[in-house]
Amino acid sequence: MSSNLLSGAKILLNCLERENVECIFGYPGGVTLPLYDALYDHPIRHVLVRHEQNAAFAAQGYARATGRVGVCCATSGPGATNLVTGLVDAMMDSIPIVAISGQVTSKLMGTDAFQEADTFGITRSATKHNFLVKNVAELPQVVHEAFYIAASGRPGPVLIDITKDVLQGQAHYTPVTEIHLPGYKVYSEGHSGQIRRAAQMIWEAERPFVYAGGGIIAANASEELRALVETVDAPTVLTILGLGGIPAEHRNFISIPGMHGSYTANMGMTHTDLILALGVRFDDRVTGRLSAFAPHAKVVHVDIDPAEIGKNRHADLPIVGDVKRVLPKLTAELKELAPSMKEKNAAARQAWWEQIRAWKDENPLVPERSQSEIKPQHLMAEIDRLSGGRAIVASDVGQHQMWAAQFIRFNEPRLWLNSGGLGTMGFGLPAAVGAQFARPDKLVFAVVGDGGFQMSIPELATIVNHALPIKIIVVNNGYLGMIRQWQELFYNNRLSQAELCSFPDVEKLAGAYGFKGRTVEKVNELPKALEEAVSEPGPYLLNVKVSPLENVFPMVPAGGAINEMVMRPPQPVEV
Amino acid sequence: MQQIISLLMENKPGALMRVTGLLSQRGYNIESLTVARTLDPTLSRMTITVDVEPNTRTQVIKQMNKLINVLQATDVTEGPAVNRELVLVRVRTTQQNRTAVLKEAEIFQARVVDSTLEGFALEATGDPEKLDEFIDVMRSYGEIEVTRSGMVSMSLDNKKLRLSPPVPRGAAPEEALELQNAEHQ
Repeated sequence: MSSNLLSGAKILLNCLERENVECIFGYPGGVTLPLYDALYDHPIRHVLVRHEQNAAFAAQGYARATGRVGVCCATSGPGATNLVTGLVDAMMDSIPIVAISGQVTSKLMGTDAFQEADTFGITRSATKHNFLVKNVAELPQVVHEAFYIAASGRPGPVLIDITKDVLQGQAHYTPVTEIHLPGYKVYSEGHSGQIRRAAQMIWEAERPFVYAGGGIIAANASEELRALVETVDAPTVLTILGLGGIPAEHRNFISIPGMHGSYTANMGMTHTDLILALGVRFDDRVTGRLSAFAPHAKVVHVDIDPAEIGKNRHADLPIVGDVKRVLPKLTAELKELAPSMKEKNAAARQAWWEQIRAWKDENPLVPERSQSEIKPQHLMAEIDRLSGGRAIVASDVGQHQMWAAQFIRFNEPRLWLNSGGLGTMGFGLPAAVGAQFARPDKLVFAVVGDGGFQMSIPELATIVNHALPIKIIVVNNGYLGMIRQWQELFYNNRLSQAELCSFPDVEKLAGAYGFKGRTVEKVNELPKALEEAVSEPGPYLLNVKVSPLENVFPMVPAGGAINEMVMRPPQPVEV
Repeated sequence: MQQIISLLMENKPGALMRVTGLLSQRGYNIESLTVARTLDPTLSRMTITVDVEPNTRTQVIKQMNKLINVLQATDVTEGPAVNRELVLVRVRTTQQNRTAVLKEAEIFQARVVDSTLEGFALEATGDPEKLDEFIDVMRSYGEIEVTRSGMVSMSLDNKKLRLSPPVPRGAAPEEALELQNAEHQ
């Protein structure tokens, strides 16, 4: 009978296989040794990262690029605590990942054992749900529950903390066929009466405006969004998590809205009489001062998470449901009502579009260029030229993230990967690692600042280990740019700890890791340097020296209304 | 303003922490909390009294309902509900006052659970305001010691409990059976 018995570690891997896991990003440690022993001759691929935080980001990159659950793994104590930032980041952006952490043997729990930490307690608020497994018999059920919770409803991170004795323990393994979570409610269909009323409200509006976000990407509903947008023919903004939700080249698409949104996006939001909010959460970076946000608008809010409805902005018409299911129904209702309702406000809608175009002409969002130096906006336009709206771009956090979101087009969902909610520096490079594993067919750029890059340099080793052909573009201005921008604008230009002062020689750095890198400073050398990076079969580290004092505009100062944008830097006064 | 929340949740380790965590991460102070298992031993019923600003009350309930282990969270602050609390009071009293204390206890329908030369231990139940009065009255007779249970609440509304059905996951049933048979051969 002993052949029927499997170790907890093997049972875990069996369950992961059943969840179609192809790859785990992780780092071994004392209590996960039984798991790593089982992995030794198991078909699931393990990617050895260089820091557990990056395991969580790589799992996110994988999940963001595919929509499938990303998996990361760390040992007890420091391994698990290092995961926490990646978990909170996934929580904020609703990214489905499952994290597996080792825990000390259950008998030792609570004794301050070596590498013990209260992972279950620490990650309670960092996850959508977490589990502590102290009994090997519970393991299969828990693993399948974890994957279901991570991927369904509003996705998010789930952590499974497993004690060493569970990984080592033996049990008869019977595959789980169903799971039961009586308290876990997933609202997907949307109320049909509400959907019909929404359709009426939309046709009754004179200045409709679509504000869509990460929910569209999470639900794989970009086709459904496109159909809706075309039926209503409304101007559309996508949040920084929703880029690619409709193609950037779509005639209805404007830009991101909010703090660094375009003039058109923010004026549109301010003057619309109906916001169609789809898979968004009225984040403060989008709304600016909430009391002044979209003062003339009624709001139709579709979201799978009932707690988002009315959280920041009152919804005149709430629909709790999955945009993937709700949008086709809404489009169908709109089409049904079109013959009787569409013409009523046709003239007003025509005028609305003219207004939108006038705003665009007044303050177009075009990348700055200079003859003498590389403007970061120009760099983004060059990356955009090589991407053609098709490459994956994983960005870090800061000024370059905003410029990338403004000037790189994304014509498909799941191309633009960034830490939107938590704003975690050091995200870009490991996220690119996860994305390149998930999409070996894709050109992957890691667009990072010189600050964030230095938080994730260790992952260059992972990139080289696996010969990932990631194109790392360092947008190097010598500063923590967004910090400098705020100190300049709001702290009397007292630049406190904003200057980075030193940066490695990238040719030597990349060379030390065994791949190519170079620095480009001259504006006329930029296109060729980028082309060379892209045509290199392996990884490439391109350090681009951009104008050091460039700031991101338009900008809505914190606490300002979004139509009170600062459009451009104050012009130097002639003396 | 106190909000009274009634929760039905799975009786699992950590479930209590998830609920209280939601409140503490928003800086809300819990006034009282009671929890005990229900007729179904896999479930617990919890009553929380908490100081929440009126405009965030709905948000708190929604967030609680999102917790995987919570079957139902209901705001019973305003709806029809019975709220009860138990209090144990030890009162030291003089020989002359003993009869008076017992009379007062009777008015509040409190029971004597212990009697010594120094005084009494009394047990009273009722809604929390009534118990406040009882405690005030007892205090006037001498030194007292008080333990309150925290409030338990039962909604008198007929709210339907909506539970999610099981979800197929892992292996197909036939496959699982096959594997099981293979293992036991």
